[in-house]
Amino acid sequence: MAKVKKIIKNIKVDADRCSGCRGCEIACSAFHAEPKYSSVNPARSRVRVITHRLQDIWLPVFAGEYTPTECAGRDIYTIDGKDYDECGFCRAACPSRDMFKEPDSGLPLKCDMCEGEDEPLCVKWCLDGVLVYEEREVWVEEDSEEKKQEELDIGLGSLADKFGLNQLKDAMARMTTKE
Amino acid sequence: MRYAEMGYHLEVDVATGNIEKVETDPKLTELYLGGLGSSVKLHWDRVPPEVKPFDDENMLIFSGGLLCGTPAFSANRTVVTFISPQSELLAYPMMGGFWSAELKHAGYDKIIFNNKSPELIYLWVKDDKVEIRDARHLAGKGALEVQDLIRDELNEPNAQVAAIGQAGESRCFTASIEQGRSSASRLGGGAIMGDKKIKAVAVRGTGDVHLADGAKFFELMEEVKDYINFRNTNPIPDVMTILSGIGSPQEMVHTDEKWHTESFAWGNARNRRKSFWTEDIEKSWTSTQIGAIKRLISCYNCPQHCGALIDAPDVPRYMMKCFSKLTYGMAAYVDNLDFSFNIVQKAQEYGVDGFSTPQILAFAVELKENGILTDKDFEGCPPDEDKEGRFMWLLDRLAHREGIGDIIADGTYWAAKRIGNGAEEYAHNNIKKHEQLPIKLGMLDPLYYLMYTTNEKISITQIEGNWPQAAFPKMEQRERFVEDWPQLPDDKFKQWLLDWEPRGEKSNPHFPTPPICSEIVDWMEMLHNIDDALGLCAGMASFCLKPPYHINNYHKLVSAATGMDVDQEELKRKVNRSRNLHRALNNRRGMSRKDEKPPKDHWRHRFPELEEELLTTYYTYKGWNHDGIPTRERLHELDLDYVADDLEQRGILINGEGQEDHQEHQG
Repeated sequence: MAKVKKIIKNIKVDADRCSGCRGCEIACSAFHAEPKYSSVNPARSRVRVITHRLQDIWLPVFAGEYTPTECAGRDIYTIDGKDYDECGFCRAACPSRDMFKEPDSGLPLKCDMCEGEDEPLCVKWCLDGVLVYEEREVWVEEDSEEKKQEELDIGLGSLADKFGLNQLKDAMARMTTKE
Repeated sequence: MRYAEMGYHLEVDVATGNIEKVETDPKLTELYLGGLGSSVKLHWDRVPPEVKPFDDENMLIFSGGLLCGTPAFSANRTVVTFISPQSELLAYPMMGGFWSAELKHAGYDKIIFNNKSPELIYLWVKDDKVEIRDARHLAGKGALEVQDLIRDELNEPNAQVAAIGQAGESRCFTASIEQGRSSASRLGGGAIMGDKKIKAVAVRGTGDVHLADGAKFFELMEEVKDYINFRNTNPIPDVMTILSGIGSPQEMVHTDEKWHTESFAWGNARNRRKSFWTEDIEKSWTSTQIGAIKRLISCYNCPQHCGALIDAPDVPRYMMKCFSKLTYGMAAYVDNLDFSFNIVQKAQEYGVDGFSTPQILAFAVELKENGILTDKDFEGCPPDEDKEGRFMWLLDRLAHREGIGDIIADGTYWAAKRIGNGAEEYAHNNIKKHEQLPIKLGMLDPLYYLMYTTNEKISITQIEGNWPQAAFPKMEQRERFVEDWPQLPDDKFKQWLLDWEPRGEKSNPHFPTPPICSEIVDWMEMLHNIDDALGLCAGMASFCLKPPYHINNYHKLVSAATGMDVDQEELKRKVNRSRNLHRALNNRRGMSRKDEKPPKDHWRHRFPELEEELLTTYYTYKGWNHDGIPTRERLHELDLDYVADDLEQRGILINGEGQEDHQEHQG
């Protein structure tokens, strides 16, 4: 099977260097404001510094996938004597917490690595060197037709879950008419 | 749409429980900016000079600054204003931390408290939802522990809480307001909260703060960011380490305390110990500090790390900043740094000012040593040789106002008055009834003379910062310093620094001359007032040498953030307006030239005539009359005719100028 080159974008998080200033949240929310930089609101940020000050926990976590259901159990990690609770390192926007949701609409947020910029804005505005951006190239197998079909099914399935099959059909019909 | 500011105040009457969200007049910001500037205007309008600190009418304002909540680095100050129980003037202690940004995101520029609650309460602000909640179950809790108790009971881990401890509840005149690793400490704001029975103010905000020209604002911040990075990697040469960087004095980072421990006075601001910093002390203090500091931490959106998480032996974890590391130990004559990390935790829980309080405790010790206080006053106190235990015991009494604590809780000035019997001589380190840094020096310093005596802040850090504390001994050092100094308002300042010598004709006290001193001090004071209106940390602006924010870039930030078209001159005018209003407010409360005095023993070598000349020259430069009251002409220039009218009606200004006796004196 053919291999294709893919760029993997990484933000390395050196949490030990974090001093908890939340500059990353400010930069992120300003960059994603509409129009760009017109407002600031850490509650809209796609990176959040999870803080348990007296426990010495300052942990930047990035918004990942949306999930419609919360986990049945909650994880607590104990690392180096510190308890990382409330789902610790989980990046999901999920019903169990407010994090990574637009505060007014409740719609999920997801880090997009500030597509189009040289580096994500949170990295640029972190002067403590906590966040370091790197890109690396990997060769991966090109997706097979079956794989693509499987992705399409999953994608449509989740839209149907969220909006209902009827709304999805209507939207499809509208898109077809436009084309 | 309002930019940078939210355009709303929250007016809370804690007696009736009435809460109103009031839209503000944009003119208030146009005239006075935000933070301290607009708060002063509200106090002028609403609090008549007859109001005493513990009257119902002593309004208490918590204010963010104009740039708090914007992406401006270090714009995180909360300024608390009230009539101080200690000075009986308008006080404005400030704190960093995370509270002011949270308030802005909740949709408010200020919270204004009026009247007194019948029972202990706390205010909970979550965006549009605001409620007064019962706090009776939190009575007697520490100012730090109560913050977590409130977050827990609200189930709001991201709420920011400003709270008082036992000292505030018992209305100690030096009670502080604590918030995370920060506190608004000076002049007794905690006592006013306690008097109004407000245990805490908790806020959580999830709304937007808008910028008029966000792209331009970020462009400006890019320049500021580059300069911060430059300064953090290029400390200023030829000055003490503590002055070489930016941010608050880096007390959590630096372990070398030779300068502080040998230059500042120990005990009740009495003696310097010029050979204190031995090898043994250095070894023990360094190991104690490094062992106690778990992590260096920042305030909101600040790249500096002026605070630290403290994990000291047998002490609950807490966060410390700045100079309290030394104040208690030095006041108690305790040579062991462990004691400091221990007592500061307790002092923060009680919620007391870390500058005044140690001096008050040392004052009590001195009164006992001199027979003015007796064994009976100290009944139950550990023996004299247990200096640590004695200080802890006194701190406990003070915070709860028990026994002798009830008297010393009023601060050295008022306590001495109550004790009598010569105690006044021991309350020797005050300006306007407020305890000052324990510094006792040789030669009168004309710049510091003006800073100490005339500024409305009435406390260290006064208004110092941008001008070097001492002349450089060598010309090449001076040349190096002035070479790259874009923060100056005018290039002529460079020549003054080049001319300034550590000794001889062109040195203290005669150089800088009174006119030059006036310009330098006025410039430095203005920077502090701008910071306090914008909510910028002085550590990144007015309080350090060659800072990222200065007179040549503030106005650009204000314009891009707010959409007001403000040039440098207009910014100066706005801040001069609130500065003069503040002065007039305090004049209306009785303050004048007679009160503008440094402690008698601050310098060994004093020059009464020169000091008078300094004061008169500076007053004239400021547009104030001989008594230190703004003239009608000055007030008119600043659109403050209504203030001149008021001062005239009250007989404080006569014919727009000085009082009659003074005019005769001049004639």
